[in-house]
Amino acid sequence: MSEINEAKSSISRETVAHVNRFGGEHYQYGFSSDIEADRIPPGLNEEVVRLISAKKDEPQWLLDWRLDAYERWQTMAEPDWAYVDYPPIDYQSLCYYAAPRSMENAPKTMDEVDPELLRVYKKLGIPLAEQEVLAGVRKVAVDVVFDSVSVGTTFREELATHGIIFCSFSEAVREHPALVRKYLGSVVPKSDNYFAAMNSAVFSDGSFVYIPKGVRCPMELSTYFRINEANTGQFERTLVIADKGSYVSYLEGCTAPMRDENQLHAAVVELVALEEAEIKYSTVQNWYPGDENGKGGIYNFVTKRGDCREARAHISWTQVETGSAITWKYPSCILRGDNSTGEFYSIAISNNRQQVDSGTKMLHLGRNTKSKIISKGVSAGHSSNVYRGQVNMHPKAKGARNFTQCDSLLIGDKCAAHTVPYIESKNKSAIIEHEASSSKISEDQLFFCRQRGLDPEEAVSLIVNGFCREVLQELPMEFAVEAQALLSLSLEGSVG
Amino acid sequence: MSLIEIKDLHVNVNGEPILRGINLVIKGGEVHAIMGPNGSGKSTLSYVLAGRDGYEITKGSIAFMGQDIAALPPEARAHLGMFLAFQYPIEVAGITNMTLLKTSYDALRKARGEEAMNSAQFLRLVREKAAALQMNDDMLKRQLNVGFSGGEKKRNEILQMVVLEPRFAILDETDSGLDIDALQIVAEGVNAMRSPERAMLVITHYQRLLDFIRPDYVHVLVAGQLVESGDAALALKLEAEGYAAYQNV
Repeated sequence: MSEINEAKSSISRETVAHVNRFGGEHYQYGFSSDIEADRIPPGLNEEVVRLISAKKDEPQWLLDWRLDAYERWQTMAEPDWAYVDYPPIDYQSLCYYAAPRSMENAPKTMDEVDPELLRVYKKLGIPLAEQEVLAGVRKVAVDVVFDSVSVGTTFREELATHGIIFCSFSEAVREHPALVRKYLGSVVPKSDNYFAAMNSAVFSDGSFVYIPKGVRCPMELSTYFRINEANTGQFERTLVIADKGSYVSYLEGCTAPMRDENQLHAAVVELVALEEAEIKYSTVQNWYPGDENGKGGIYNFVTKRGDCREARAHISWTQVETGSAITWKYPSCILRGDNSTGEFYSIAISNNRQQVDSGTKMLHLGRNTKSKIISKGVSAGHSSNVYRGQVNMHPKAKGARNFTQCDSLLIGDKCAAHTVPYIESKNKSAIIEHEASSSKISEDQLFFCRQRGLDPEEAVSLIVNGFCREVLQELPMEFAVEAQALLSLSLEGSVG
Repeated sequence: MSLIEIKDLHVNVNGEPILRGINLVIKGGEVHAIMGPNGSGKSTLSYVLAGRDGYEITKGSIAFMGQDIAALPPEARAHLGMFLAFQYPIEVAGITNMTLLKTSYDALRKARGEEAMNSAQFLRLVREKAAALQMNDDMLKRQLNVGFSGGEKKRNEILQMVVLEPRFAILDETDSGLDIDALQIVAEGVNAMRSPERAMLVITHYQRLLDFIRPDYVHVLVAGQLVESGDAALALKLEAEGYAAYQNV
C-alpha cells in the first residue's frame, strides 16, 4: 500500500541520514580501534587453558578448576533445543585470549592506563574519570573489560571505605582468594552446560563484587564489556556476592565493532544473595547485531544465575536485549532461602535477521518463595524472538507463588514470536499464574500517531516504549534514558 | 482566504469509487457540517483530508492554505495545522495521555522550528485546558484511552485538539457515544476554539450536535457527492425528513 511505501522511503531517507552521521553505519558503536594486542594462537586445548592461567599468574587450584572444566566440556554437546539456527561453530578456529599489549604491566590506577584505550571508552560514552558522572546525578562506578582483560575500575577507594570490594576478576583471585574459591562455580557449576563449561575453562576476566554485611552500596556498580579484536571470543565471568542484609544495584553494558564474521561471547554471571540481601542486576545488551542481511554479529551464549541462598533474599534481573545476531540467555533465580523472591524483567528486541531465545528459570526450593516474570518481546524485520521460561515448584516449596506475563509485539509480517513456558509444580500449595499475549502494531495506531505529528519512526518508537513500559520502569534511572533511545535505534527501518 | 479548497475530488478505496467529485471551500472562521447516511463517504472524506493510507485520489485536488497537500504524509499535514478527531479513538497501552500530548505538541513545535516546551509549563497548560473539559489529573495520567468509556475517549480527542490548537479541525462523529451533558461540555470546548483564523469540519449523523456547535454551512453527502448545501436550517430539515429524498435521485 502506498503509505507503507511512503513510510519505507521516508525511513530509507532517515537511515541514509543516520549512516552519514555515523560515517558509514548506523550501529554507532561499530567502530574498531587499532590497539596492539597480545593474542594467543587460535584453538581450544589443554595447552591454551594452561597458557591463559599462566598469563594471569593464577594459583594451582584455579588452574586445576579450569582443567577439570575443560575435561568436562570435551564430553559435552552443544545444546540444540533453542529456536536458533546458525552454521556449526569451529571452536578450534577461535582465539580465546586477546589483551591490549599495554596491559602487560598491569596499570595500578586509571591514570596509568593507555590513553588510546581511554579514548575508546570516551568514544563509547563511558566515563572513566571519576569526576565524570554518567547521565544522572548519582555516581556510577565502572569496571571496563576490553577483549579479555579488565582495563580498570573507578571509585575503588570510595567503595573500599564501605568495605565494598569492586575489582576485576583476576585481581580478586590474587587479593581475595578465599572469597573467590568459596563462591566460584557455586551457582553455575563448571559442567552446568556446554557454554558454561567452556567459559569455566577459558574465562579471562570480568568483575568481582563483594558487599559486606548490612552495607547498602552507595552507588551503582557497572561493568562495560567491549570486544575489539577480530576472530576473538569474550569469555568473562562476573561474581557478585551480597552478604547478609546488604544491597547492590549492578549494571552491565556491552558493545562490539561491526565485523563480517560472527564472534562468540560466552559469559557466566553468578549472583549470591545471603540472608535478607538484595541484588538488582540490570543489563543493556547492545552487541553488534549483524547487518540487515544477517552477516556478522555476536553469538551471545550466556549463563546468568542468581542464588537466593538464605532466607528473605531478593534477586532481580532486568535486561534490555537489543543487540547480538543470536541471543541464548536465561538469567535465572534459585529461590533456596525461605521467603526469598526472584524477579525477571525483560525487553528483547529483534530486527532484521536477529534470533533471540531468551527467558528465565525460577526454581522454587524454599517455603513461601515468590517470583515474578515480565517479558516483553518485540520482533521486527525477518527476526525471530522466543520467550523460553521455566517455573519449577519443589515439593518443599510450600506456599510458593509465581506470576508470569509474556507479551509479544510484532512489527511487519516477516517476523516471528514464540512463547515456550515450562511449568512444573510438585506441591499442591503452590500458585502459578501465566499470562501471555501477542499483538501487532496496528495501522490505526500508526495513522493516529502520525496524524498527531509524529513521523513513522517516532510513532513506532512511542508505541514500543508504551509496550515495554513495565520493564523500563525497573531500570535504574541512569540506564532508562539510554535504553529508551536504544529501543528506537534498534527498530530503525522496521516499519512496513 | 480559504483554508481548505477541495476541487472535484474523486477517491477510490480498494478500487471502488467512494467520493465522486467533491467541491468544498472552507474559509477561516467558518464551521461546516457534513451530514449523510451511512456509507455515503463521510469518514472517507475525513481520512483522505488527513492523509490516511489506502485512500487513492483518482482525480481532483486538495489545497490547504493554498498548498496542494494531496501527496503529503499525515504528519506533514498535522505539522501544517490539520487535526482529525477520530470517530473511534485509538488506544495505546503504556503511554499516558500526558506523554502523548507532550510528544505530539513537541513534534508540532519541532516542525515549526521551535524548541520543546518545558514540562512544568506544559503541564500547567494541559491542566487548564483539561479542567475546561471537566477532565481531572487522573485522566491525564491514565494510559491513552485504555479502559476509557466511549464518552471519555471522545472528550480526550477534544482535549488533544484544544492543546494542539490546529488551524483546521475535522470532528468525525464526535457526538456518537456522548450523553447530553458530555455533549455540552465538548461543544463548549469546540466553540471556545472558534476564531477567524481557524476552521472546522463537523461530520455527524445527527442534528443534535449542531444545536450546540452552530454551523455556518451544512452539506449533505450522499453516495460520494455533496447533493445539497445550506445553512443551519438544512440540518433541521434533514432531521425531520431524513435522506430518502436524496437517495432516490
